[in-house]
Amino acid sequence: MEGFELLQQGAEARLYKGIYLGKPTLVKERFEKKYRHPDLDKHLTKERIKAESRAIIRCKSAGIETPTLYLVDFTKRCVYMEYFEHSITAKEFIKNASKDFIERLSYEIGVVLARMHSNNIIHGDLTTSNILLVNKSGKDDFMTNYSDLKVVLIDFGLAYIESSAEDKGVDLYVLERALVSIHNDPEKIFDLILEAYKSSYKKGHVEVLLKFEEVRARGRKRTMVG
Amino acid sequence: MVIAIGFEGSANKLGIGIVKDGEVLSNCRRTYITPPGAGFLPRETAQHHRENILEVLKEALDEAKIYVKDIDVVCYTKGPGMGAPLASVAVVARTLAQLWNKPLLGVNHCIGHIEMGRLITGAENPTILYVSGGNTQVIAFSRNRYRIVGETIDIAVGNCLDRFARILKLSNAPSPGYNIEQLAKKGKKLISLPYCVKGMDVSFSGILTYMEERANQLLKDGYTKEDLCFSLQEHVFAMLIETSERALAHCNSKEVLIVGGVGCNERLQEMMDIMCKERDAKLFATDERFCIDNGVMIAHAGAEMFQSGTRMSWEDCTITQRYRTDAVVTTWRRE
Repeated sequence: MEGFELLQQGAEARLYKGIYLGKPTLVKERFEKKYRHPDLDKHLTKERIKAESRAIIRCKSAGIETPTLYLVDFTKRCVYMEYFEHSITAKEFIKNASKDFIERLSYEIGVVLARMHSNNIIHGDLTTSNILLVNKSGKDDFMTNYSDLKVVLIDFGLAYIESSAEDKGVDLYVLERALVSIHNDPEKIFDLILEAYKSSYKKGHVEVLLKFEEVRARGRKRTMVG
Repeated sequence: MVIAIGFEGSANKLGIGIVKDGEVLSNCRRTYITPPGAGFLPRETAQHHRENILEVLKEALDEAKIYVKDIDVVCYTKGPGMGAPLASVAVVARTLAQLWNKPLLGVNHCIGHIEMGRLITGAENPTILYVSGGNTQVIAFSRNRYRIVGETIDIAVGNCLDRFARILKLSNAPSPGYNIEQLAKKGKKLISLPYCVKGMDVSFSGILTYMEERANQLLKDGYTKEDLCFSLQEHVFAMLIETSERALAHCNSKEVLIVGGVGCNERLQEMMDIMCKERDAKLFATDERFCIDNGVMIAHAGAEMFQSGTRMSWEDCTITQRYRTDAVVTTWRRE
């Protein structure tokens, strides 16, 4: 990756930062997973690049903030997209932000998820690491003025299009579990997310939340009551 | 100094082990093996445990070269597992605790695996992949509990392998998974199968159904049993490594520990090792003595609980088929 600087190696891909066509660009290289059989690896990578690109475009047209897609290169297993200079992950934000800010963020996440699901987009890997807060005024300050921040969804590597309540329920369940595994007050955050989700997804939320409860109860070796 | 004896019988293995401050004094085991094409059922498995438990107990005590009076605590598997086998072993543990006049502790089976794995490998704070016939979980330690970060949303990976072995009528001795592993080594052609990862969670029921419906046709079409085993392993293990890797990244962890019966599969260990090397992480794994259900792990986890002051009242020393890993507060391990 000439002229590009390696930012980090995630579980899925290597992320590089650089300039493409004069714009700050993030390149996501789904490098070869040596542990997987090469055929399986090739197949999965291609499917996921396709799914990711589709979901991003669909989100854009639904008015959900995501990185803009610049280029897809199947042979190099790379996707070029918009890079946000002044951003932090929701995971980092929640660690340091005030209670008020965390509550406002939780609510906003709920609204975004509602919009995503009402457009039948399933993210597939909702965690607080995959939600970005971007400072619109171009400063690296996230703790003083909440109205400067916008919520951006990233990493659609496991995303797909599906209208069923089951898949939307699983999406919420994945997020709940991710919250519980790293944050200190997950219940409060998740309750606010659900509250916002309900009030902005008027038509579908009843069915989705029923399924969500069902998926939750399906967890293995849960103690049964009654 | 704590000497603990542990009784394990949550599935088809009956194990009794004795530990003295993390040193294994004895580790004895019997496995109930069913004919090819059949799985083990609760009633027969419980019967197997009842028939063998006294003999195994004698063996464990002889091998450890200790007197009964030296034992500080009697530990047994409280759950999760099959009801009848759990009960048959718990009855013996309860009786012995009364006869010998020792305190009794019910241990979570999953915690037993984790603590034994940490003891044997020396891993400090690993992300844990727990894979067996009844469980598939990715676990991380946080706020005094072993939290389940990801798990199967339907059947366990070992269950998927066992039932696949039944389709091919493979032998259940020493274990169906072992025989699949041996055949897979000779497999060449990769068949494309369903691949199902949902965030941190995995699902194996679809891939099993796919195999149940098509295995015979695939064999007629020129694929060998070896190819089928190979393809199945490659797919299900890739799913496990992928979720483990994601958990590793999510928790910023540098250690991976594999425990549970499927954990002694060398291909799984190899794949995990490749993944770990790519991320500068370290893999910890154990062999069949400690991966597969055993009594020592129950004794060791029980001893840790005992030392940190946990006591159980007689009324609490029951069994339960459903007992989640994250239901236990780790009194012996703080953050």
